Amino acid sequence: MLHIKCPHCGMRSQNEFSYGGDATVKRPELNKEVSDQDWDNFVYNRKSLRGKHKELWQHISGCRQWIKVERDTATHEIFKTVKANEDI
Amino acid sequence: MTQNYRLDNIGLINRDKKISFKFNGVTYFGYEGDTLASALLANGVHLIGRSFKYHRPRGFFGAGVDEPYAIVQLYRNNETEPNVKATEQELFEGLEATSVNCWPSVNFDIGAINNLLKIFLPAGFYYKTFMWPKSFWYKVYEPFIRKAAGLGVASIEHDKERYEHKYEYCDLLIAGSGPSGLASAYAAAKNGARVILAEDKPRFGGTLLTSEVNIGNRTGKEWAENIISELKEMPNVIVKNRSQVFGYYDHNMLVMSEKLSDHLPKTKKYNPKQRLWYIRAKEVLISSGSIERPLVFGNNDTPGVMLSSAAKEYLKVYGVLVGKKPLIFTNNDSGYETAIEFKKNGVDPIILDTRKEPKSEIIDEAKKLDIQIKFSYVVVAAKGYKKVKSAEVAKISDNKNELGTVENINCDCICVSGFWTPTIHLASQSGNKTTFNKDIDAFVPGLSKQNETTLGAANGTFTLEETLKKSFESGYELSKKITNNDNKTSSPTVMEKKSTTHDKFWCVPLPKGKTYKRFLDFQNDVAVSDVEIALKEGYRSIEHVKRYTTLGMATDQGKTSNLNGLQLVSNIENKIVPEVGHTTFRPPYTPVTIGAIVGREIGKHSKPTRKSPMHSWHEKNNAVFVDAGIWVRPRYYKIGEETLFEGSKREAKNVRTNVGVCDVTTLGKIDIKGPDAAELLNRVYTNAWLKLPIGKARYGVMLREDGIVMDDGTTTRISENHYHMTTTTAQAANILSHLEYYLQLVWPELNVNVVSTTEQWAGAAIAGPKSRNLLQKLFPNIDASNEGLPFMGYLETDLFGVHARIFRISFSGELAYEVNVESDNGNFMWEKIMEVGQEFKIQPYGTEALSTLRIEMGHIAGSELDGRTIPYDNSLEGLVSKKKDFIGKRSLDRKAFIAEDRQKVVGVVPIDKKTSIPEGSHLVKDAMAPIPNPKLGYISASCWSVEYDNPFSLGILKDGKNMIGQKLFAMSPLKNKTIPVEIVSSHYVDPKGERVRS
Repeated sequence: MLHIKCPHCGMRSQNEFSYGGDATVKRPELNKEVSDQDWDNFVYNRKSLRGKHKELWQHISGCRQWIKVERDTATHEIFKTVKANEDI
Repeated sequence: MTQNYRLDNIGLINRDKKISFKFNGVTYFGYEGDTLASALLANGVHLIGRSFKYHRPRGFFGAGVDEPYAIVQLYRNNETEPNVKATEQELFEGLEATSVNCWPSVNFDIGAINNLLKIFLPAGFYYKTFMWPKSFWYKVYEPFIRKAAGLGVASIEHDKERYEHKYEYCDLLIAGSGPSGLASAYAAAKNGARVILAEDKPRFGGTLLTSEVNIGNRTGKEWAENIISELKEMPNVIVKNRSQVFGYYDHNMLVMSEKLSDHLPKTKKYNPKQRLWYIRAKEVLISSGSIERPLVFGNNDTPGVMLSSAAKEYLKVYGVLVGKKPLIFTNNDSGYETAIEFKKNGVDPIILDTRKEPKSEIIDEAKKLDIQIKFSYVVVAAKGYKKVKSAEVAKISDNKNELGTVENINCDCICVSGFWTPTIHLASQSGNKTTFNKDIDAFVPGLSKQNETTLGAANGTFTLEETLKKSFESGYELSKKITNNDNKTSSPTVMEKKSTTHDKFWCVPLPKGKTYKRFLDFQNDVAVSDVEIALKEGYRSIEHVKRYTTLGMATDQGKTSNLNGLQLVSNIENKIVPEVGHTTFRPPYTPVTIGAIVGREIGKHSKPTRKSPMHSWHEKNNAVFVDAGIWVRPRYYKIGEETLFEGSKREAKNVRTNVGVCDVTTLGKIDIKGPDAAELLNRVYTNAWLKLPIGKARYGVMLREDGIVMDDGTTTRISENHYHMTTTTAQAANILSHLEYYLQLVWPELNVNVVSTTEQWAGAAIAGPKSRNLLQKLFPNIDASNEGLPFMGYLETDLFGVHARIFRISFSGELAYEVNVESDNGNFMWEKIMEVGQEFKIQPYGTEALSTLRIEMGHIAGSELDGRTIPYDNSLEGLVSKKKDFIGKRSLDRKAFIAEDRQKVVGVVPIDKKTSIPEGSHLVKDAMAPIPNPKLGYISASCWSVEYDNPFSLGILKDGKNMIGQKLFAMSPLKNKTIPVEIVSSHYVDPKGERVRS
């Protein structure tokens, strides 16, 4: 079980969190033209990376804040966790 | 029976407490402190089971977790447990155990015919044989294999024992209480660290209990006892026996299984049987010791052949002789220690040493004691079927290839020692890159990945002095890093006998013309010849050889067999062991019961149960309940002997004719506040929200970004910047998370707060033509007319002094209202509604009537919003705004979503107007078409229409728009039904929606 440092609450066990996918995916802006390819990339296309991965987690059984986590998908090492409004 | 093999003056058992137990129906006696194994051996019982494949007789091989043979079916307190190791099971009064894998009895086992057929059961036998003919698999092969396979029988009774989970945090977790564990725990604890010391056996001390050493002028055993009692007194230390650290997971999380009651006849009241500890440790010290390696020779699986360290443990801990004419077969000095113990206790052993003329203090002592030693000698084969009767031995040439003349030596047990294999399982599980140590012919931990350090024999350090020195140091250094304290404990003086190097020889060649089975894996019956076949057939990777031969795949996970298997592969392949590599060590290190893994999360405890504030009223009024997600809801309120069908029909009909009340507390509720609340709603819902007036509710549909409908519900504007959102019962938690995602990550500029208020409000839906009359009587101060409180209107008032919210919304399709009060007042509200409603013939209705009412109205719900449908499919396209953007809008342009013949919700009526259509049935054009019959759609929900008194269903049908009036078939292969049906509008009752607005 991973040990994740919530930037709001401190070190907590993984079972307090829920995973939220790739943190680098940016939603296209509202009311803007989006090409089929860009929309597909946003909705569906994800890379299954081996190595450092920036991802979202929600501290769902804690402060309910979404956070950003940089984790190695092969070793599970966590390098950094930041708040939702901070860059990772 | 008398304990003929028990000695009087040695051992750590309590001779004052005699214990009776049964094995295979025979009553024996042992003492408190015995294991089932030691007690049986004390009674001279060596035959305990039959082997897995050949059903060869099996005895005891080890004295602890490494035991491959002695697996029994245990009976305790009217319950039974399979796969219990007799070497680990402590004796208690009334214990009963039976052999497994034999029929009709362990002494006469029909399966032993496999032993005669063994030439036909080589490696890969199952893969090769049971492939053809294909049709034989289900009828012949599988039932036969199922009957023949397995060890023991799982109980089919509910397990009445309690199992617990515990979370713990510490500075240092120390796995194993041998010399290195004790020393490091002591040093770290003295330096202020929070320490957990875990020992899998009942007694602490590990090898100190059996070895002849002195530490600080005490015997090893006394030293261990002192350290343990001191540790137990320290407030910063948790000391646990009968506790196996079996798994090393990510981020220094380890899991330990503590057996609190397995050694007792009955679990004490309020106590768990076992406890699973999740331990997050800052540092881990692995002091798990080592396991003796077997030597491999002919028939080395015969009962009476066992590890020499086990023989020593039975003698020194339990006062039990495993034989009275022992033969010790060794390639190192450890065998001598066992021989010396035998000699000291009046038994004359013979030592066969594979080495030529080794010299060491221990060997000198054995010589001094006049123990007969034969150097350059090997056991060629054990003789005897159910018990060793003698051994064929021979001199072996210096190059270890040639055997001399075979002689026969009488003996009743053969104690083997092939040197030591460090127990590196935990280190390897943590991600440690293990390395091969040529000096000890075994793998040892290398570069650590997590915060783990391996000490003592587990690290390949076999001298006590060095072990203690390093362990005291490690305990101090690691604790200093965490506590910043500087209290150093120095290592005591040690007296131990020095030993010399071991012989790398481990597998005795077969004499000419002999075909003895030489076993590597004792539990899975894998012999040297099986591995040879696998290699001959082209298997090279050790992982493949393992799976093909099943070497190391038994419940003992190859604790005694893995390394010999590797050595054999490397010998044949002319490689060195590290090139062959080792198979992966995976948790658990020893089997863990399912009970311990599940803990208390069983039955009703597997998830929280939520009840509405009106639950007790429902109970008192004969509600039959149903699980709706984590909620328990009334399905119908039973009158007399009514069935579900009759009851729900009555309730639904009463809503259509009079008035009904339904507990809708379970609906998800989210409170939304902030100046940008309307903007948020406008972005998450498909329809327009910016102009909703205060005091009005609106129905809305939410999509996922891929265009699929996620949820629906009404949201009401309470005041300028305050909204009350409802979600479906099932999606409540997901929708909150969804909103938080967009507010925190995508549109942080929106100034909005969301919070769940599902549990804060109790809700009652009042529905039916007489609901207005009821409402007016309940709330005399309001204007309940159609003008005063129009459809989708909202107002706040009070109900006999209690604050209440009234929403004029309808799920049933009737004139209806939903009243919310704070949860604490829920029951009060409900009773008032029932009381005042009496004159209007009010009846409560449950989820079944609720479904009936919505289905015949064509109102969609969870069964239509099934994660595969878009707004169009649910006839919700009118709610999709063309003017504004919202979540998922861009996806609705997808080709499949705008196809002309896109699926759509329809009504489905059986042509005979009698036969109910099972939910999930497929809609097809031609009932006789060959399989696979092309599917046009499916039935999503079915009910008995109370309006028309015939069955009615909703379906999602391809090109549903143009199918109205068509005749199709609903087919349910599951229920074996084919029903001719007609497709009608989904709005079966009141298609114009006049009632809700009346």
